[in-house]
Amino acid sequence: MNSENKTSSPTISFSWTILIILMVAGFLTTVARFIWGIGSISNLNDSYPWGLWISFDLLCGIALAAGAFTTAGGVYILGFDKFKPLLRPAILTGFLGYLLAILALGVDLGRPERIWHLIIYWNPHSVMFEVGWCVMLYTTILALEFLPMPLERFGLKKPLSIIHKFTIPIVIVGVVLSTLHQSSLGSLFLIVVNRLHPLWHSKLLPLFFFLTAVAVGPAVVVVEAYLSSRIFKRHFELDLLSRIVKVIPMLLGLYLVLRFGDLVIAGKLGALFTGSLLTLLFWIEILIGVVAPIYLFSKASVRENQTSLVKTSLLVIIGVVLNRFNVSLIAIARPDGATYFPHLLEFCISFGVIAGGIFVFWLAARFLPIWEVSDDASKV
Amino acid sequence: MSKAFLIDLTKCMGCRACQVACKRWNNLEAEHTSMTSDSWTNPFRLSARTWTRVDFTELQSPQYKAGMKWVFARRQCMHCLHPACVSACPVGAFRKTDEGPVVYDAQKCIGCRYCMVSCPFGVPGFEWDKGLLAQPLIKKCKMCVDRLGAGMEPACVKHCPPRATIFGERDELLATAKERIAANPDTYINHIYGENEVGGTSMLYLSSVPFEQIGFPKLGSEAVTVNTEAVMEKTLPFAAAWTVILAATYGVVKFRERTNPQGEEKNQ
Ligand code: SF4
Ligand code: SF4
Ligand code: SF4
Repeated sequence: MNSENKTSSPTISFSWTILIILMVAGFLTTVARFIWGIGSISNLNDSYPWGLWISFDLLCGIALAAGAFTTAGGVYILGFDKFKPLLRPAILTGFLGYLLAILALGVDLGRPERIWHLIIYWNPHSVMFEVGWCVMLYTTILALEFLPMPLERFGLKKPLSIIHKFTIPIVIVGVVLSTLHQSSLGSLFLIVVNRLHPLWHSKLLPLFFFLTAVAVGPAVVVVEAYLSSRIFKRHFELDLLSRIVKVIPMLLGLYLVLRFGDLVIAGKLGALFTGSLLTLLFWIEILIGVVAPIYLFSKASVRENQTSLVKTSLLVIIGVVLNRFNVSLIAIARPDGATYFPHLLEFCISFGVIAGGIFVFWLAARFLPIWEVSDDASKV
Repeated sequence: MSKAFLIDLTKCMGCRACQVACKRWNNLEAEHTSMTSDSWTNPFRLSARTWTRVDFTELQSPQYKAGMKWVFARRQCMHCLHPACVSACPVGAFRKTDEGPVVYDAQKCIGCRYCMVSCPFGVPGFEWDKGLLAQPLIKKCKMCVDRLGAGMEPACVKHCPPRATIFGERDELLATAKERIAANPDTYINHIYGENEVGGTSMLYLSSVPFEQIGFPKLGSEAVTVNTEAVMEKTLPFAAAWTVILAATYGVVKFRERTNPQGEEKNQ
């Protein structure tokens, strides 16, 4: 905590250069997309209407932002006060995650200028309708949960005290909306009945998406704390972090039982041993992203060692990322001969968006009280 | 009273007149194509510019004369009775009309392409090459609603030389299809594709070979929309119950804290 002038050191200016290049490249690609169409910068096509942006920026981005609602719920509803120091960074990460997903959607939507149509034209049968509303409402909630940080910074006592009065309702609504949103992202694929591979298509998809999002929440908080400890030379809160990951084996254990129980009941066990590429992917997803973390995180020695704590958290994250890609992209059957691999410029958008997120996080960490937990300031 | 097509693949001669008629009536641009399949099917797939296309399948079996035979099957939107696209669209841009056609409201669409992901037949196409000003849209066969209104048959039906596609009331066409099967049980397989698939479609097909062999998806008789619609119905009650549970949990936790102010070690 003693090196103030890190910005001028050569390593930081190197990372800055990369960040700026990525952001500019993403911006230019966006301009090209708006002039010449989505086809001009992507390999998306009629057989692959959704690609990298939906799988990664939307589905992974939202799942990885789940740390915000789980931490807020844990601290304010379940009363685990001691996790308060983790709350603000988690909320900031979640808020940024949602903003970035919205940015990427702005590129992916065919008619982003009509996004407000969601408000006036309703189709309550549509899962996408629910997804759209959850994005709008929960981003508002995250903004409210984030607001105290700038308010405190600028000493605006009045609005701060108003917001504090509503902390609990805000958190409860946030948890409800997150539950709906995380699960509805899974429900989206319920309708892909005949083309989503039987190992992934299940009536329980909404529950699977919700459980894995809740489980990945603490893992993201760990990795984010680790990165902050490196970049901002902060103390790594090993004690707290090794406690929050204790829920992961329980959640993933439940998920594993449900996932296999569902396969048994639906009579799909045969699909587990076909030796096809998709079966292999299924086993990789389950073994690396679910079974390994359950085993590792149930051992105190793994949880209480910084390196293994971070590495095992990464496994959980990889598992969820793989799952979202499998459900939304890889395991959906396409007509013969149709192919898709993301175009370089599609990566430009995704990386540009991430670079923007890191940049804003850095600004916030530097100029806002995101790590402060004085008694009064700790609300929200 | 709902309009439908009966498409008899045994009568189709693969002339692609329907493909051309559709392009002309709807002013659809030509596509750049190349020989992508090992057959004569062209272009590569249905798209925003190609709303109907004839699939050419070459089947090989010793039971056929010369060991092989062609099957020609025109494909287009199936105008499902329980359309996935209608159910999936967040802004309700698609609508199943009482007359049969599933139509699209270009004014509403936000371009999320969930309709394309949902359609069990992979029908809707998107205008990938249009930027913000050119205003890209979703495009697909509209059963020529504009002609129906003027009392005309759809363009592709009108121009089919052997009358392989005929147009009429769905129940009457179903009866016709059953008569044809009964009259020529050796020619037809006993399956009217679209009678029950995904809850029934307005496009009915007769064939001499099983539909799986010519690339038609094998589908159950349950509408693909049942699961999503069941989930959506439960969403609001669930949200209400969840809110109450969370608030109650908060209340209990606070009450415990108050009655036990020392608060022993809390664990996750
Ligand atoms: S075939 Fe596809 S696009 Fe046509 S009505 Fe059915 S779901 Fe909609
Ligand atoms: S792309 Fe348009 S028509 Fe299709 S689901 Fe989205 S808003 Fe509806
Ligand atoms: S009904 Fe009309 S729009 Fe549909 S394929 Fe035939 S000509 Fe084209």
